[in-house]
Amino acid sequence: MAKKIATIPFQGTPQQEAQLLEVISELKAEQGCLMPIMQKAQEIYGYLPIEVQTIIAEQLNIPLEKVYGVATFYAQFTLSPKGRYRISVCLGTACYVKGAGILLEKLQEKLGIGVGEITPDGKFSLDDCRCVGACGLAPVVMVNDDVYGRLVGQAEEIDEILAKYAD
Amino acid sequence: MSEMVNVKINGQAVAVPKGSTVLEAAHAANITIPTLCFLKDINEIGACRMCVVEVNEGRGFRVVAACVYPVSEGMEVLTNTPKILDSRKKTMQLLLSDHDRKCLSCVRSKNCELQRLAHDLGIEDDGYYDGITMDYAVDKTAPHMFRDNNKCILCRRCVAACEKTQGIGVIGANDRGFATHIGSAFEKGLGETACVSCGQCIAVCPTGALSETDFTDEVLAAIADPNKKVVVNTAPSVRAGLGECFGMPIGTNVEGKMVAALRRLGFDLVFDTNFAADLTIIEEGTELLTRVQKGGVLPMITSCSPGWVKFCEHYFPDLIPNLSTCKSPQQMFGAIIKTYFAEKMGWDPKDIVCVSIMPCTAKKFEMGRENQAASGYPDIDYALTTRELGRLIDRAGIDFTALPDEKFDDPLGIFSGAGLIFGATGGVMEAALRFAVEKISGDTLPAEKLDFKEVRGTEDIKEASYTVGDLTVKVAVVSGLANARKLMEKVRAGEADYTFIEVMACPGGCVNGGGQPIQPASVRNFTDLRALRAKALYDQDAAMTLRKSQDNPSIQAVYGEYLGEPGGHKAHEILHTSYVARKIHF
Amino acid sequence: MKTLQDLVAIREQMAREVALRIEEEADSKYEKHVLICGGTGCTSSGSAKVIEKLEEELETYGLTEKVQVVKTGCFGLCALGPIMIVYPEATFYSKVDVNEIHRIVKEHLRDGNPVKEFLYDETVTDHGILHLNETAFYKKQHRVALRNCGVINPECVNEYIGRHGYEALGKVLTSMTQDEVIQCILDSGLRGRGGGGFPTGMKWRLAKNLVPDADIKYVCCNADEGDPGAFMDRSILEGDPHVVLEAMAIAGYAIGAKQGYIYVRAEYPIAVERLTIAIRQAREVGMLGKDIFGTGFDFDIDLRLGAGAFVCGEETALMTSIEGNRGEPRPRPPFPAEKGLFQKPTVLNNVETYANIPQIILNGAEWFAAMGTEKSKGTKVFALGGKIKNTGLVEIPMGTTLREVIEEIGGGIPNGKKFKAAQTGGPSGGCIPAQHMDIPIDYDNLIGIGSMMGSGGLIVLDEDNCMVDIAKFFLEFTVDESCGKCTPCRIGTRRMYEILDKITKGQGTLEDIDKLEQLCNYVKANSLCGLGQTAPNPVLSTLRYFRDEYIAHVVEKRCPAGVCKSLLSYEIIKDKCIGCGMCAKQCPASAISKTDYVAPGKKLPALAIDPNTCVKCGACVAKCKFGAIIKK
Repeated sequence: MAKKIATIPFQGTPQQEAQLLEVISELKAEQGCLMPIMQKAQEIYGYLPIEVQTIIAEQLNIPLEKVYGVATFYAQFTLSPKGRYRISVCLGTACYVKGAGILLEKLQEKLGIGVGEITPDGKFSLDDCRCVGACGLAPVVMVNDDVYGRLVGQAEEIDEILAKYAD
Repeated sequence: MSEMVNVKINGQAVAVPKGSTVLEAAHAANITIPTLCFLKDINEIGACRMCVVEVNEGRGFRVVAACVYPVSEGMEVLTNTPKILDSRKKTMQLLLSDHDRKCLSCVRSKNCELQRLAHDLGIEDDGYYDGITMDYAVDKTAPHMFRDNNKCILCRRCVAACEKTQGIGVIGANDRGFATHIGSAFEKGLGETACVSCGQCIAVCPTGALSETDFTDEVLAAIADPNKKVVVNTAPSVRAGLGECFGMPIGTNVEGKMVAALRRLGFDLVFDTNFAADLTIIEEGTELLTRVQKGGVLPMITSCSPGWVKFCEHYFPDLIPNLSTCKSPQQMFGAIIKTYFAEKMGWDPKDIVCVSIMPCTAKKFEMGRENQAASGYPDIDYALTTRELGRLIDRAGIDFTALPDEKFDDPLGIFSGAGLIFGATGGVMEAALRFAVEKISGDTLPAEKLDFKEVRGTEDIKEASYTVGDLTVKVAVVSGLANARKLMEKVRAGEADYTFIEVMACPGGCVNGGGQPIQPASVRNFTDLRALRAKALYDQDAAMTLRKSQDNPSIQAVYGEYLGEPGGHKAHEILHTSYVARKIHF
Repeated sequence: MKTLQDLVAIREQMAREVALRIEEEADSKYEKHVLICGGTGCTSSGSAKVIEKLEEELETYGLTEKVQVVKTGCFGLCALGPIMIVYPEATFYSKVDVNEIHRIVKEHLRDGNPVKEFLYDETVTDHGILHLNETAFYKKQHRVALRNCGVINPECVNEYIGRHGYEALGKVLTSMTQDEVIQCILDSGLRGRGGGGFPTGMKWRLAKNLVPDADIKYVCCNADEGDPGAFMDRSILEGDPHVVLEAMAIAGYAIGAKQGYIYVRAEYPIAVERLTIAIRQAREVGMLGKDIFGTGFDFDIDLRLGAGAFVCGEETALMTSIEGNRGEPRPRPPFPAEKGLFQKPTVLNNVETYANIPQIILNGAEWFAAMGTEKSKGTKVFALGGKIKNTGLVEIPMGTTLREVIEEIGGGIPNGKKFKAAQTGGPSGGCIPAQHMDIPIDYDNLIGIGSMMGSGGLIVLDEDNCMVDIAKFFLEFTVDESCGKCTPCRIGTRRMYEILDKITKGQGTLEDIDKLEQLCNYVKANSLCGLGQTAPNPVLSTLRYFRDEYIAHVVEKRCPAGVCKSLLSYEIIKDKCIGCGMCAKQCPASAISKTDYVAPGKKLPALAIDPNTCVKCGACVAKCKFGAIIKK
């Protein structure tokens, strides 16, 4: 489905912009550098708002639509900021047959947000994702880079995981 | 002679050059394979799957897309098997399931590739695969056109025209899968982007997803208003295209019937933009000579093409000083009507409605620009495309092909061949040369020396240089904005030593403008529309006796009675304009 | 390293170390090697903490000089992670907990007595402790592509060299012509392991010869493993990254390319990190870069990260993506061997294919061709998942039967459930029913029964899985991942999904089943790329083998497996209900309330479920200790 475009104002800093410009000047000469640059840009800003994509388009001298077309094609790129803790529920086959769908529903209930949304305090965002390859542990939930496996979908279990990200 | 490959299509043997596609081979054998997404050279993406055929290269029959699949020696091709017909039917039914099937109220009804193909394929149940659809809001933000993605079939021909032909790329495919749609960055309206309004996207759209902003009702209302004087002027290329709206062969010159139709529609006066083109030549030629003689900014670049002007403002704002300050012929025409002509007729300019018929969609943008109101009222009130005129004629029940030939009204219907050939790429240049050479040398150019063939033709970029006395003028002619971009990069880098450059936004010039009648891809892919339509203009020019702008008696009268000196103070006030630097991004 | 001799010298020294782990004559500095999996599976189960604790304890007991701790790639048995193997005895600790480390170090590593209660239970027998390779899971496996996974430290190039690493590259550069290399690969019968099964040698030959005057060529590695439930490539990249680099360099030499690209999923952070390290090390030791082995051959490799688009596993889409575009496939021909990456001749193979190359070069084409079936040579790695005891990674010779894989290696179906089908090939493949369990697995047999090899995902389904639901699941995946370029895939798969959805909701008709089947055949024949062409397979194969389940949904409005919610109802058997109310507390929809009825012998009134408010979540069934709630 169509990607959500950020509605909150852009809060990029001059430092971030300097970092991005450095990345671009480093990679600019390489063939096919657009995606690596966008990946770095997302690392720097956390998402790819119009302000960031415009810098990339201008620096590479390509249409902004080209950057946007790429950004909306790949699942990895996001146009709206993610939570400090990004929760993703694996919906790969192995996880699905072991009940990942139910797990996702429970998380939505618990956090009070839908898939692709962020909690009002900016703490958690919830997404489903493609197979992360941890099928041996199915069903699997990732919070940033931490993997939680062999979940059964009980409320206590979810509370326990969320509690680890209390700050 | 290139190597030939022998193939059999539906049992019929045909030899085609190596590297040909199955589609080309079938065309050579007079077999039509339906296509939707394919546009030769710019959109060879094999995406719509309408052109599927079965081919056998020795390992049994397989289904391939004819538009991109190359022939091989001994290949057997079947284009009409039950399997293939069923595939095409399903492809069509799937497209229809995601298409807003409002044919009855669609601007492209009767000239819609999808509609025609659905009919040809014998679709019985157009809702067979109906399911969810995406429901897009219609984008009406641009002054010249709208985009209705609900009618888009994602053939991407518009994207190819914008990106490849014009080198702009303000539209593209966004999102993916079923949500894929054509749009601009961050889903901004086209009017917010650096779109130049050229309308080439409309010209290649197979459906009613893209169309010009329609002013026909407003024009009919003005004609019906007894308090309004409605004056119409027609651009040179319109006479070379309008006949196509009524099934006439491409390249038919319908000037006389067009004038007759406009009169029957009720316009008070039917004039010709060619008159204003002659005026442009005098003003622009004078400006050029002044720049050359007084050391002004060179190369000077033409400003008749509003798509090009907007392109320059967005992408080459540093070259704005190079643009001629002359208004385009359309705007000059309106300006003269509402000043000189109004005065002459004793009309109040506020009561005049000036309508222009243009092969162009950017004219709809141009008429709303700043500094385009010499009389205090907009120079032009409505700019219609050739297609809109075609629709007006249909609506009025006029049998176009049966009309007699009639002549334009005097005095602003008088024009020279120089003004006429403005419609083809190189035409402005040739017209300017007919003026400048005479002006510099002081001698009259004889009839046999009026053809400057070096600047004619549909090549991307043409160059020539002429020496008159001790002055050498190096000129370049370019059409299509991707080509213009290449040339302008050179100018910007100081690598081009031209004196004068003609730029037309649309490839081939105005005859191939974004407002001309739409020819389906099945015609475009195998016909050079540009050359055929341009020929109509060059033929008419060759047959004329009045072939130089400076010889046009009406032009002489306008300067003598009203404007004074070409390039003088009053001429500047009325016939010149200004430009603004525009952003590329938001 | 400048010459092959330098390499051999390092190998001889390292081989004596590594030999400890492979039952060969060893001369290690250490008495024991403790191997712990650092792959994604075990890392997720906490292997990093285990390693930390282990090193701490070894320090405490002064064993750091005697015991070497090696963080390896995947051992395969991911379900039992974190996994720890102690060599030379090859004892197998499974699901290792940090709290167990203290005893393992003290009793086993110091005193030489394995801690039996922490060992993988299958290895503890009356006759002593079984060697890792004697377990059912490993016994029937034959590791070629995975030979170094779980054996070496993937972050140490010398360990790779100790296993004859980069010798194949040395061999081709110093003693084989380009054509000899290609002929060797052709003779081996190796076919692409990414799913298509195209002969690898043929690909290379085309790339070498098709455009004779090409100035630039490329070698690409497809590491955009995207089939849900497949992680073969990830495990190889994590466990043995150098093998891919070496093979790509060999391919580069064979076709005349100087530059390689590995397109790897960004969702595989460990693989990306190991590859990054491996490329750096290979450059340091001169196995990538200029003048490799002093032969004048230059070759280098760059990483490109995929950004989450399944379609980029398709070769033309992958190259379009590396070029920096939306990963939309383009029509073929021209094939990559003629116009590939950046319009240059390109060879593209997947990770597992490359992992076989150095072994083929070193051992000869005949050695490889001796394994497998007539048309499918060698081995294949499968990722076993779903309803199976031993989920994990297995490598078996082509021709092994599905039954051997599932029942012997995989340990069968858990909880005494009945096998229903095996899904291979992910969203491109199909479901294989029980009647075909004894067919030898190879490319052609799988296609013959309506599935395909795919990249090697093998998901086991049991009687609790609804086949219509499974088909719908895969279709949903395809719809999500369709690039949207061609009509059949963009709209066709969407409409197929809608019909399936209708059927699972009990709103389908028999006519819908026909409509679905026709649409499947159309999408298969008319789509632009492999994604669309294979997308209908899950539906077609389930229609072929489980049509009765479809019909049950449509005619009887019943889901035989009890999965499709709209067709289910929950009911409390009033005579079994003791009226405790636990189920009512659990119910998210407050659909359960008391009745007037008190069952004989019970004290409290029984409860009942209001079918109109019930959301069919199943929470009540899970909570009821008396088996009083049934799903119908």
